[in-house]
Amino acid sequence: MTVQAAGGRQGVDWLRRRSLLMEVGTVALVALFLMFIVPLLLSGFRLNLMGRFLALAIAALGIDLIWGFTGLLSLGHGVFFALGGYALAMHMKLQIPATASSQLPEFMDLYGVTELPWFWRPFDSFPFAAIALMLIPGILAGLLGYLVFRSRIRGVYFSILTQAMTIIFFNFFNGQQKLINGTNGLTDFKTILGATVSDDGTQRSIYLATILLLVAAYAVCRWLTSGRFGRLLMALRDDESRARFTGYNPTGFKVLVFAVSGALAGLAGAMFTLQSGIISPKAMDIAFSIEMVIWVAVGGRATLVGAVLGALVVNFGKSLLSEKFPDFWLFFLGGLFLGVVMFLPDGIVGLIRTQGVEWFRNLTGRSKQLSTYPSLEEDPEAQYERKNIDDRKSDG
Amino acid sequence: MNEKILTIENLTVSFDGFKALNNLNFSLDTGELRVIIGPNGAGKTTFLDIITGKTKPTEGKVFFKGRNLRPYSEHQIAQMGIGRKFQTPRVYLNLTPRENLELACNRNKGVFPTLVVKTPPAERRTVSGLLETIGLPHKADMKANLLSHGEKQWLEIGMLVAQAPDLLLVDEPVAGLTDEETERTGELLLSLAESHSVIVIEHDMEFVRQIAQGQVTVLHQGSVLCEGNFDDVQSDPRVIEVYLGQEIDHDEDISLENIGELLETVTAEMN
Repeated sequence: MTVQAAGGRQGVDWLRRRSLLMEVGTVALVALFLMFIVPLLLSGFRLNLMGRFLALAIAALGIDLIWGFTGLLSLGHGVFFALGGYALAMHMKLQIPATASSQLPEFMDLYGVTELPWFWRPFDSFPFAAIALMLIPGILAGLLGYLVFRSRIRGVYFSILTQAMTIIFFNFFNGQQKLINGTNGLTDFKTILGATVSDDGTQRSIYLATILLLVAAYAVCRWLTSGRFGRLLMALRDDESRARFTGYNPTGFKVLVFAVSGALAGLAGAMFTLQSGIISPKAMDIAFSIEMVIWVAVGGRATLVGAVLGALVVNFGKSLLSEKFPDFWLFFLGGLFLGVVMFLPDGIVGLIRTQGVEWFRNLTGRSKQLSTYPSLEEDPEAQYERKNIDDRKSDG
Repeated sequence: MNEKILTIENLTVSFDGFKALNNLNFSLDTGELRVIIGPNGAGKTTFLDIITGKTKPTEGKVFFKGRNLRPYSEHQIAQMGIGRKFQTPRVYLNLTPRENLELACNRNKGVFPTLVVKTPPAERRTVSGLLETIGLPHKADMKANLLSHGEKQWLEIGMLVAQAPDLLLVDEPVAGLTDEETERTGELLLSLAESHSVIVIEHDMEFVRQIAQGQVTVLHQGSVLCEGNFDDVQSDPRVIEVYLGQEIDHDEDISLENIGELLETVTAEMN
């Protein structure tokens, strides 16, 4: 019996390794397709949209990590998204040619600021900005998470707190005209790393970089959600107090995941800002944070592919529908969310996993896959019965 | 006399003035299997909540291996070596039995060790061995929500053992099991008692008779009513009055005619 169990274990290991290889291959293929084939198929305008939505998919991965896997519904990821966007935007606003009359971002001249505020200064360096755009939202999320999770605040109370956070940040950013151009946000970027931002070639590189970062984000999330750590996240989601009595302190785990999730949102915000050319407090709008959650719900919670897919599908749907029926988009979004909650609790990926596999097997003429106890699979009597029943079906 | 693994002194727990436990004194020897019985509302579950740190005592002290447990939280107490099985089986339904056991088996439960260190071969072997013990090797890699109620109970007992605790707290392990499953659970607990200290809380008298080899403690209204071996306890008039009596008397003569009478005695007892 022991030998058999050990053999089973090795078999499982081998299967895991094979499926991991297949996954790496699939991801690489999809990434290559997005990088080299899609640009040939889409017009410049659509390609820019694709790039933006791929950036949003990074944020969706972060939401999936904290909501789908760990069960904490954050309705405040817009703040982390915006902080990442602002970090990179501030760097770009400081790329002023030496010949210019003023060495300050133009809105500061407008509001009569004569000296660069202290917190702008380090953003002049690109490496600093590149690190800060993930580190600042990550640390903010970690700090907030520590305070909240330590006091065992969960469920809807956590969601409400994150909403309150978006309002605080929104109002703060909105009101700071002199420091960060208030409600207008930062826009009109000139150069990044010496290249003109609006240039076609630069935009193309940014598009490629977005895909690579998305793949990297996917790999990080995959690493976090597989193995013991990932299983513990699900354990915390399903029964937190049981995990406590097993000897795990949930606070640290949740803080780490929330921080990573916030950092991913920051990265997404930066890549989005690069391609949309503007970041304003509107990104901290509550509606946007809720939209992020809807992407993940539509794609399929607790499946990383679902998060990416959901972000792309919903956003392309949004851009198509809002071109055709500009007034009705929000109704569609609401209806979509209702529909998913009522009919597709596991999202698109969930539907494909259950019905799609069955449908595919039917199409290719293979018999239905049954999941029963493994011992039943080997039971000759059960197999005989199954075969007989199948035969009778095909006869009559 | 053995060394005491658990000592409870003058323990009182009150919730908004209601005393769930009232000046309770209790001690358990290392390696002992103790069964705790008592009618509903006697404070049995609160008793476990106190030991595992879920609830803090209003007054009194709990010592585990000589250390006062008050300043520690649940996960720290669990790491010290107290494992708890809940009344309804609480296993992680979206994970397989093997994964459930591996989570419990993990020796270093910090954030980074869990993230970085792969399950060591020794722990894998422990898990395989445990799967044998609880009789689930053939279902090790399917989701736990496909297990039957009894299998979930055993899996949770397995998770307890995987934690390698010194003291096992087991809350009504046979609620909702068939007779055969009950007997197997009893055997499992008895074999565990050979290497652990165990406290079992139970309602089912047949089951208590099966496993109670040593002392039985009767709780009533938040304090210890009496202690002794099963036969002594069963024949103690106070115990019969508060607990066993009701069952023995009413076993035979519950019928539509004397339900009114029964209700009267119950209400009288409650007052």
